[in-house]
Amino acid sequence: MMSLIHNLWRKLSRLIMLSFAVLMVGCASIPAGVEPSPHDPWEPFNRSVFEFNEGLDAYLLKPVVAAYRFVLPEFIREGIYNFFSNYGDIYTALYNLLQGKPGDAFNDLMRVAVNTTMGLGGLIDLATPGGLEKHKEDWGQTLGVWGVPAGPYVVLPFFGPSNVRDTFGTAADLESDYLFRLLPNVGLRNSLTGLRVVNARNTYYEAGDLLDGAAIDKYSFVRDAYIQRRQYQINEGREDEESEIPVYENPYQ
Amino acid sequence: MKTYKRIFQSSVAGLFLIAGTLFAQTPDQLTPPDALIKMVVTEVMTTVKSDPDIQKGNIPKIVDLVEKKIVPYTDMRRTTEMAMGPNWKKATPEQQAQLSLEFKNLLIRTYSGALSQLRDQTVQFKPLRAAPDDKEVIVKTVVLGRGDPVPLDYRLEKTPNGWKVYDMNIMGVWLVEAYRNQFSNQISQNGIEGLVKFLQDRNKQLAAAKPTN
Repeated sequence: MMSLIHNLWRKLSRLIMLSFAVLMVGCASIPAGVEPSPHDPWEPFNRSVFEFNEGLDAYLLKPVVAAYRFVLPEFIREGIYNFFSNYGDIYTALYNLLQGKPGDAFNDLMRVAVNTTMGLGGLIDLATPGGLEKHKEDWGQTLGVWGVPAGPYVVLPFFGPSNVRDTFGTAADLESDYLFRLLPNVGLRNSLTGLRVVNARNTYYEAGDLLDGAAIDKYSFVRDAYIQRRQYQINEGREDEESEIPVYENPYQ
Repeated sequence: MKTYKRIFQSSVAGLFLIAGTLFAQTPDQLTPPDALIKMVVTEVMTTVKSDPDIQKGNIPKIVDLVEKKIVPYTDMRRTTEMAMGPNWKKATPEQQAQLSLEFKNLLIRTYSGALSQLRDQTVQFKPLRAAPDDKEVIVKTVVLGRGDPVPLDYRLEKTPNGWKVYDMNIMGVWLVEAYRNQFSNQISQNGIEGLVKFLQDRNKQLAAAKPTN
């Protein structure tokens, strides 16, 4: 346990160091007249990391994903997506169990069992059409369900939108990830990590462009959406689902 | 023999009646909210999947589809009002009409690309959890297909003209909520007129852009 916490700290401090390195590149300023958000006290810092991520995406990740889409036919990309999705289901089952949702956890385990055997090691998703719903959980959500508050909004270099709780969550996710950290063969591990990043970016290839058109100020649009989405994910599956519905105070005229 | 003929005739008539209710799926004032969503979504999906022009990203055709098959069941004025928050009352009736129109066009433009991407996706409709006398309900759906399932919820309000959608939740994000800061920030920088102009310019820009697929 101690070594786990120690490792977590090491990972976190590395992230923080990286963030400062990014910060050195330049602090983006808040557009004039914009009301500071109560969730985002570190906005100037966050904006600069956001700019860094946007640049990284535009000049590196997106072109790589475009090449990936050009080179590989869709059914192979889908197989790759399914493989990582199936792998993620193992963790999702565990997190659902930790969140006190044994029904969902059982559903997720069944998914893994079906897809790993009949779905050829996870390359085909037979569970979803078979009626076993796909869930996606992580450490940040689990902490949220346990009542840990989100804390201020943070934009992490490479990882994107987050908050203080989810930063710890992401570090824990990485720490407990077999393919990322514990797989003995380093070459294979690195290749798989690269493929995973490309696969993850590929799943929202079109959605990324959609955001550019929809947002007036992309930074705050992404932030507000992230804060809402995480709350929705944490409330998901609760009995008093009414709490998810925002109340709009202005009455109908 | 005569009775047989009558039985035959009436059963044919009955079949047509059943077929009529099954296939002529045009929602009216009395259509319950979950049935309304199901009809609209099913019809839009069928149209997109059977139209190669839309699948190639023919924007005018998609816009036409949205205007005819989706917009009549929405209340964009309400959506805009909710997204504007307290600023709504500061806008003149003319500005309110402009904002509603431009916001509608912005949403159509941004989502038309997503509509043209529909291929083998299916939609799962969740059972409605509402009391019979509710004036406002949430209809939950999940889009299954490539990639992660996408939860898509619709918030509807009962009006004299039937149920109308005025807010949508995409993957956990309510549209109105997401635009609140966008609008209020733009207004605090450039005023309501500035927001109108921004939306007009953005829509012109999006209309001029080439389809991505």
